[in-house]
Amino acid sequence: MIVTKPRDWNRIKANLAEIDAKSVFIMGCGECATVAHTGGQAEIMVAKARLEAEGYSVTGSAVGAVTCHSGGVNLDMRKHRAEVDAADAVLVLSCGAGVQTVADAVKKPTYPGLESAFLGNVVRHGVFEERCQMCGDCVLDKTAGICPVTTCPKGLLNGPCGGMWNGMCEVLTDRECAHVKIRRRLAEQGRGMKGVIAPKDYSVKRGPGSVNTRDAALGRKPASTATDKPFTTEKDA
Amino acid sequence: MGKFRDALVRGEFVITGEVAPPHGTDYSAMLESVRKLSPFCHALNVTDNQGATLHLSSLAASRVVLENGNGCEPIFQQTCRDRNRLALQSDLLAAWTLGLENVLVVTGDDPRGGDHPKAKGVFDMDSTQLLQVTKGMNEGVDMNGTPLDGATDFFMGGALFPEAEPWDIQLERGLQKVEAGAEFFQTQAVTDVDKFARAVEAFEPTGAKLIAGILLFKSPRVIKFINERLAGLMVPDWITDRVTGAEKPLDEAIAIAIEQAIQLKDIAHGIHIMPLGSDDAVARIIEGAELG
Repeated sequence: MIVTKPRDWNRIKANLAEIDAKSVFIMGCGECATVAHTGGQAEIMVAKARLEAEGYSVTGSAVGAVTCHSGGVNLDMRKHRAEVDAADAVLVLSCGAGVQTVADAVKKPTYPGLESAFLGNVVRHGVFEERCQMCGDCVLDKTAGICPVTTCPKGLLNGPCGGMWNGMCEVLTDRECAHVKIRRRLAEQGRGMKGVIAPKDYSVKRGPGSVNTRDAALGRKPASTATDKPFTTEKDA
Repeated sequence: MGKFRDALVRGEFVITGEVAPPHGTDYSAMLESVRKLSPFCHALNVTDNQGATLHLSSLAASRVVLENGNGCEPIFQQTCRDRNRLALQSDLLAAWTLGLENVLVVTGDDPRGGDHPKAKGVFDMDSTQLLQVTKGMNEGVDMNGTPLDGATDFFMGGALFPEAEPWDIQLERGLQKVEAGAEFFQTQAVTDVDKFARAVEAFEPTGAKLIAGILLFKSPRVIKFINERLAGLMVPDWITDRVTGAEKPLDEAIAIAIEQAIQLKDIAHGIHIMPLGSDDAVARIIEGAELG
């Protein structure tokens, strides 16, 4: 899931001040932002109270089922059209994908209420860890299922760096070094690190990404694709 | 072939020092360090935004050392933190073109510990990968295998932490660097000579030369700083006790450095002295250990 964090309240206020907004419609997300306790019904109520305490009127609110889903958001916005129309601005408590979906669906200035932090593994309720950066060139096959791109603060493929101390990370000193973990798991599985992992192919991740499975299923060539390279590398092809 | 490389390959015991480029364009203080250190050293490391803090580039500063070292050569440092693969290769070509023959390839400290904590760490490549690329350039090709119009012939080094635990992982990493092209290592500060000897023995079959780091633990304040801020180094109690308990901590630190140099003389292929600004101590250490 996408883990979000509350955005600096002063930045939100500055955004609203820029357009001299007096009234706001608030949109949350029923998926990730609800799970992360940043943009569900409860957090919308907190934001509403905060806005009202600052003198804004809140014309209404909604929690989209999945706020990055265009169809769903369009329906939600139709349902709340009067409230949205009555507002000077829309504040979205979701990840940046949700903010953009809402911005597409309304004609009002739309502002992020959260910061998109990372793609999080849910370790347990309310505890999230970043394990994958969606880099598009996975090395997990070589690293025993532990991603050094993400879990080593320097993203080193070949490690550990010179700062590893008693098996601990030099940057985040309370954590075990990702490369120590990798070597241990490889050893436990009777495997080893084979040679030097080559520099990553960042071209496969060159954005903006776009995948059209519908056209693919119908055997049609997509009308346009934003990626300049598909998600298969030459070596895979 | 440069003097530093010659000396190491010949089996001579080498002495290297370190100078820091300025935080600005006035490099007179660095030149003063070069003046003090060069008579005693085969080569001087020129750090590259050390500690992730802004300094004049190692490339320009290395050239200054080359011109002012009276035969004491610069070791151009390249960290992977600040540049992507294009910039790294471009700077290596620039370095060779400017007459720099020795390069030390390191990963680099994380930016969040430096003076620009909001910077994006690049780390497009790690030090092992950059060593491979440098080796390729020595063979006349860029990292894509495309021939260069003019190859390099760098003497390539890497960093090593001989006291790191688990040692087998650190050793494997070091051997990887040798495979990638490292011909010499400069190590982090050695505080346990036995562990350093273990490293020398392990690398002996590879032919890679190990230059032992000697850090001047010059005051209780510096020791505290190292323990709290420097990654991958904890000062052992025996050193802390001696320096803290001494009437003149700097003199005691120099005495410790001399003892270490004497112990390392028969084990290492050289020593790398890091005087932390007390450049005058280098002469005293070298004379004290009878290495001059």
